[in-house]
Amino acid sequence: MEHIDIQLQDTPLSVTDCQAWVNDPTVGGEVLFIGTVRNHTQGKTVISLDFEAYDRMAVAEMRKIAEQLPLRWPVHRVAIHHRVGSLAIGDIAVIIAVSAAHRGEAFAACQYAIDTLKQTVPIWKKEYFADGAVWVAAHP
Amino acid sequence: MKLTVMAFGIAKDIVGGPSVALELESGASVADLLEHLNARFPAFSKLASLAIAVNAAYAERDHIIHPNDEVVIIPPVAGG
Repeated sequence: MEHIDIQLQDTPLSVTDCQAWVNDPTVGGEVLFIGTVRNHTQGKTVISLDFEAYDRMAVAEMRKIAEQLPLRWPVHRVAIHHRVGSLAIGDIAVIIAVSAAHRGEAFAACQYAIDTLKQTVPIWKKEYFADGAVWVAAHP
Repeated sequence: MKLTVMAFGIAKDIVGGPSVALELESGASVADLLEHLNARFPAFSKLASLAIAVNAAYAERDHIIHPNDEVVIIPPVAGG
């Protein structure tokens, strides 16, 4: 059975859906990372933000990450859901759910997945402040 | 070889739209494209990184670009 669920969507993400996807009688540990929109960055107040994606490649790169996990850890199921479009403070931007027989590998795999996603998946974040907007991480 | 290269994120601001038309020698590589972009749009050299995707996958500098390839400028990503 396919053990990977990848979603890139402009509608709200569902923690319930991700948890349900990874839940299975054979697993004893489910780790969910939920990335949300923070109201400040480097001391400045963030009003809202936009995520833009190169859809086709973003989905392919998220799938690549999910496919790497079972090669490194005995991971059972993986869900990676990422939001695009305009988000408000507190909205969920990303959910990564990983299940395994034991918690250690689920934690390690989930951390690897979010760290790698931030480095490789072609999604861009624009933060809006009272006095302007910035593409996050664009400049050193 | 005429190419239309797509741009996302800050690259869209730098080239002034969602894509940019340009002309490269036939048989040009990703490195040649990056050189062209940096020369025409100096703002690219100020970015933390700059990658090129060909047909929805990261392409190495020596990758040869073909006329019908889908070529995309990938400025520093910031998902999650």
